[in-house]
Amino acid sequence: MIVNGSTRAMSREPARVPPLAPEADAIRAPGRTTVPRPDAEPHPAPPTFPFSAIVGQDEMRQALLIAAVDPSVGGVLVFGDRGTGKSTAIRGLAALLPPMRAVAGCPYACDPARPGDLCHRCRDHAGGLETHTVPVPVVDLPLGATEDRVVGALDLERALTQGQKAFEPGLLARANRGFLYIDEVNLLDDHLVDLLLDVAASGVNTVEREGLSIRHPARFVLVGSGNPEEGELRPQLLDRFGLAVEVTTPTDLPTRIDVVRRRDAYERDPAAFRAAYAEADRAIRDTLTQARAHLPSLTVPDATLEAAARLCLALGTDGLRGELTLMRTARALAALEGAETVGLDHLARIAPASLRHRLRRNPLDESGSTARVTRAVAEVLAP
Amino acid sequence: MTAWADALLVARLAAADPHGTGGVVVRAGAGPVREAWLAALRNALPAALPIRRMPGSITDARLLGGLDLPATLAAGRPVAETGLLAETHGGLLVVPMAERLSPGHAAHLAAVLDAGAVRVERDGLGRCCPARLGVILLDEGQGDEAVPEALCDRLAFRIDLTDIPWRDAVPLEDPCVADPGPPDADALAALCRAADALGIASLRGPLLAARVARLLARLAGRDAPGEHDTVLAARLVLGPRATRMPEPVPEADAPETDPDAAPEPESGAGQDDQNPAPLDERMIEAVRSALAPGLLAGLLAAGARPRQPQAGKAGAPAASPRAGRPMGARAGDPRHGRLALVETLRAAAPWQRLRQGAGESRRIRIRPQDLRVTRFVQRTQTTTIFAVDASGSAALERLAEAKGAVELLLSEAYIRRDRVAVLAFRGMGAEVILPPTRALARARRGLSALPGGGGTPLAAGLDAAAELARTVRRGGGTPVVVVLTDGRANVARSGPAGRAQAGADALSAAAGLRADGVRTILIDTAARPQDTARRLAEAMGGRYLPLPYADAGAMSAAIRAAT
Repeated sequence: MIVNGSTRAMSREPARVPPLAPEADAIRAPGRTTVPRPDAEPHPAPPTFPFSAIVGQDEMRQALLIAAVDPSVGGVLVFGDRGTGKSTAIRGLAALLPPMRAVAGCPYACDPARPGDLCHRCRDHAGGLETHTVPVPVVDLPLGATEDRVVGALDLERALTQGQKAFEPGLLARANRGFLYIDEVNLLDDHLVDLLLDVAASGVNTVEREGLSIRHPARFVLVGSGNPEEGELRPQLLDRFGLAVEVTTPTDLPTRIDVVRRRDAYERDPAAFRAAYAEADRAIRDTLTQARAHLPSLTVPDATLEAAARLCLALGTDGLRGELTLMRTARALAALEGAETVGLDHLARIAPASLRHRLRRNPLDESGSTARVTRAVAEVLAP
Repeated sequence: MTAWADALLVARLAAADPHGTGGVVVRAGAGPVREAWLAALRNALPAALPIRRMPGSITDARLLGGLDLPATLAAGRPVAETGLLAETHGGLLVVPMAERLSPGHAAHLAAVLDAGAVRVERDGLGRCCPARLGVILLDEGQGDEAVPEALCDRLAFRIDLTDIPWRDAVPLEDPCVADPGPPDADALAALCRAADALGIASLRGPLLAARVARLLARLAGRDAPGEHDTVLAARLVLGPRATRMPEPVPEADAPETDPDAAPEPESGAGQDDQNPAPLDERMIEAVRSALAPGLLAGLLAAGARPRQPQAGKAGAPAASPRAGRPMGARAGDPRHGRLALVETLRAAAPWQRLRQGAGESRRIRIRPQDLRVTRFVQRTQTTTIFAVDASGSAALERLAEAKGAVELLLSEAYIRRDRVAVLAFRGMGAEVILPPTRALARARRGLSALPGGGGTPLAAGLDAAAELARTVRRGGGTPVVVVLTDGRANVARSGPAGRAQAGADALSAAAGLRADGVRTILIDTAARPQDTARRLAEAMGGRYLPLPYADAGAMSAAIRAAT
């Protein structure tokens, strides 16, 4: 558990009041600036709070790790107040993920190991593809983003200056093979949410606009966050997320002190803080790498499959998505723990996160959906 | 230290590090005191740094930045426009009437406070501009209006200028802390304990207090904060966030803690060495002494303070003013909507060179696919207003059924994105228990607190329902009023008990609902349905549903069928 605001560290030179970034002078003059060339790195990666330094929030960390082991489980939905460290955790996780091989110069960072998923440019490329390693992308979908930037659109610069019709990839292209993080999903326009879910489910972004007709791979783990106090999400939207976890501000004093202390230490000296947790981060990375390698060889025994089916039946979840996700998440959890087989125990532990958002509402049942899942698990999986 | 001196100190701190402190929530009406405070703030901010105002009607394009259309057309290449947030980099953004801030704008501000930069992905541009700014929220809210809590939580300070006489609002000398006291090794833990004791759930409180303590030390030219800095920071930052006040510690109170807790350190240092009270207790003591006695009583009574931190407050008042606002544009036919001229030009702009071909002319060529129409958020959203008779005559179990029906309807409503509001009338008047909402969690909390018993002020209840219906309609929604009552009014509009007058008043209130043209349903909850309720339903021009033995499910089914 951490609190947002990594950039709000105090300036540590006592003489300079107030702190100002060096680029401030350029920006302070109001008015216009020419757009930088799109190939310039537009979003330098900000320094990240180490994933292993997060206090508590076990369920959220586990859900993110599971999504990192097996992206096919679908996205992760995080419920909770802003500032409980959701975005920090995702950035921290991406920073410790092993870098991936990608086709050099490809705007979608195509995976050379999966020829079936190559984009049209890489497929048409004659001869061998040049590759390089890049960090796993984490793309923020900022509030107020317009549709053209999300799906990609006509390259304005080239259209205006050269009169050429060219496609400029959007955020979905940048998020390919990585994470797409949306803060406050419930504030996003409905049509944008529908579009995102559609792409997330199919792994392909289809652009049909402004005379362009493009398809490109867009496989990413969708991580959304929201606050249930500010309105509910539509059920059909909830169902698309693989896992749903709840984060809260810790209430016991020692944990709270620990959180504040780590955050403060990080703000005072980010480099030293990251160095102190580098070892722990590396251990998590090793676990992840092993789990990914282990995943294909893990089989789910029939008994576990049957238990998953009975659990979904008892809870009355709609459709097969619940069962499928339950099975996949249990397998990813087993892989993370290095287990030989996917047992009932894995199922029981991951059931709340993978099923709680798929239950039919029963407003008269005061107990929350987590309690209902736990009850069903106790009944169905009882020996 | 007086409240005004505190306010000036807060201005100095916020100006010294706008982004680090996040800013200030200023609760004050417009007037000379607020102007004097803002002038002090401007004076404290170095002249080179901007201080800008954000009008409530600002568009996303202006706030975040986007494509500068005239410049783009003139230059023949895309020209970006810097938004207000990026222009305020390093300085302070003043938000007047912050209680009316839309959730979207509040989220933009919160994101900028978190990231220190503004990310723009609009109009074919993707940029990231530094925007390390502080926010000054001017809160003039009355009654139910409140500044979004998620945003307030990110700002270190909250000050209240409402009770400061304008004669006092004069510039003061900077208070100088002569003796900072010894640095405390574990100030962070003490701040956490103090925050915990004061009932502050968010961890931003102690973190911001620690920052402010360091800032205080830095302003005084010291390297590390002394414990007086920490105590002062706790008072300024944690004090206004407190939701409860711990009991004074019995054995160690008056002689030891008071001199330490006083903000002016004159004699406190000497006594510290022998047997100092723990730092967190002195912080709490400082917070306690800073709060006016009346304020403390209000705090303990819980709810008297207008900006009481309560989750979910933000949604209700902000939802209605949003309606009817333009929400960007989509491709479409202007015959079925309003033409968005600028968006149309923007869509057509890139193609001009391609379309112009050989015969060079300066006319802009617009094709049908360029046409854009403005979208508005105003959806025909139904708000079902339940006016629930919670009096003694409506038996308590009927109340439970009504609650159940409301929750069932709400679970339907959230699939259709409709809203539900609940008001109850009992005793002397009516009260809105659940402002129009879509949030199931909040509704359940509001309903569980619904009390019962007392007289039946039916007229007051109907008046309140009509008022709420008008509010909903102003916000662009369609109200449906569902009255659950047995129709036996016995409290008149003006207050006195009396069946005859109360009945007449109820009928005239019902006529008011009819005059407003609100769709109404009256559910007679009496065990033996009577004529009074039927006449009432006729007077309000609504449907009459006698449901003597209905349970929650049947009731909600009947309402669904009727609406």
